[in-house]
Amino acid sequence: MALIEIEDLHVRFGPVHAVRGISLAVDKGEAFGIVGESGSGKSTVLRAICGLAPTSQGSIRIEGKVLTKPRRPEFYRTTQMVFQDPYASLHPRHTVDRVLSEPLAIHGFDDREARVEKALDDVGLGQGFRFRFPHQLSGGQRQRVAVARALILEPEVLLLDEPTSALDASIQAEVLNLLDRLRTERGLTYILVSHDLAVVAHMCERLMVMQHGQAVEELSRAALQAHHAAQDYTRALLAASEGFSRAAL
Amino acid sequence: MTLLDVQNLTVTFPSRQGPQQVVRNVSFMLGRERLGIVGESGSGKSQTGRAILGLTPAPGRATADTLAFDGIDLRGASAKQWRALRGARMSMVMQDPKFSLNPVMTIGRQLAEAARRVASSRAEQRERAVAMLEAVQIRDPARVMAAYPHELSGGMGQRAMIAMMLITEPDLLIADEPTSALDVTVQIEVLRILDDLVTTRGMGLIFISHDLRLVSSFCDRVLVMYAGRVVEELRATELQQAQHPYTRGLMGCLPRIDGNTRPLATLQRDEAWAL
Repeated sequence: MALIEIEDLHVRFGPVHAVRGISLAVDKGEAFGIVGESGSGKSTVLRAICGLAPTSQGSIRIEGKVLTKPRRPEFYRTTQMVFQDPYASLHPRHTVDRVLSEPLAIHGFDDREARVEKALDDVGLGQGFRFRFPHQLSGGQRQRVAVARALILEPEVLLLDEPTSALDASIQAEVLNLLDRLRTERGLTYILVSHDLAVVAHMCERLMVMQHGQAVEELSRAALQAHHAAQDYTRALLAASEGFSRAAL
Repeated sequence: MTLLDVQNLTVTFPSRQGPQQVVRNVSFMLGRERLGIVGESGSGKSQTGRAILGLTPAPGRATADTLAFDGIDLRGASAKQWRALRGARMSMVMQDPKFSLNPVMTIGRQLAEAARRVASSRAEQRERAVAMLEAVQIRDPARVMAAYPHELSGGMGQRAMIAMMLITEPDLLIADEPTSALDVTVQIEVLRILDDLVTTRGMGLIFISHDLRLVSSFCDRVLVMYAGRVVEELRATELQQAQHPYTRGLMGCLPRIDGNTRPLATLQRDEAWAL
């Protein structure tokens, strides 16, 4: 049985029908990618899973259980999200220590000192960063703090919403390597949303292409690498991510 | 033919630790071609573009041994000389149309304002504006003319801005990350428009971007910047034979659709590059 199952998900914001009938199933330990352009509803799917966007129709199940509304604390123990912009997603007046301790306090974890120290080591930051404020960190370091904050509750599922698109290419490589390593070490399940086909191809075994709130097609990494796309839209995305060429136009 | 000659351009900002040079001794010549400037955030690529147009924000200062556009020395240019050059002969496309178009003016009015330099009557200005919107592949120019910037998508807004910058038919266009805020498929369309304009009108283009792969597929020549300095200059087709470890590192750390290197190569920075 799949760990995360979404069936016929619809999200409406007033008159705007942002997600129109998305179904997907992600197994435990798998990395699943969602690719699409801005406004395609890819981030909204993630936000719907963690209860940040209203679901107007359809169901989301984790380990076979339909998610409650509002989500229970146990849900956030197993599922955590990393947001796109590390400049916006960390509280500007909280130190790294406070950012990391707060989820532990909320969920009643013991041994908080050791857990904060371990979380910093896990993401390769070290203890020197513990009492810094976000403005004293670079973009890549902030995104590491955001990953540490998500991992400190020892979740099973990480929802990654464009985790590297605000970062420089060299920093992107470091964060992608970190995410890759953590997944192998801990058997995490990822859903990764990105507009960058190369990032998704690198990180995920399976992916779904979205356009206008609908799924265009689902394909495996191998199919993507062999350019075996069935839909024109996917082929256009593939061609565009190769860069500019006069011949292709 | 040299359109722009830059020798030893340096941009300095004062800071608590004393003057900080964000651009250091940058030199290049530009003909009627596509020159790419690539670098990561903070490498000074945008400040280089701004300094050429005399737009270094205060309290920063730009100095150079030579800064000449078509034989005109730009270093001591008066406000009047700048007015005659900016917009008319050299213009700049900014990164995000949301922040660089006037939010309370329709696109049509903003375009007509730019067209005042080349057309005297209102009707003619309008005509030029519509023609330019058509040239940047906007299919319904009448609607876009009447629209406010917030009513347009990112790609449309960026095209409208390119139209505005090109309405005076400048000799030099500086495009600062013109496609970074756009989706990949729209990005390619915008590049095609720029490409057309360079080939058909013989314009010089400076294309500033953080995306090495995109720049190498689009430009003729590439300058790679690191910590305010040009570390390498090469022909776009010879990027695979780059010598500098920074350029090679940047190329290596990009994930590829058909590659399967894991973990990805990371960039090992060397203190010596910044010296």
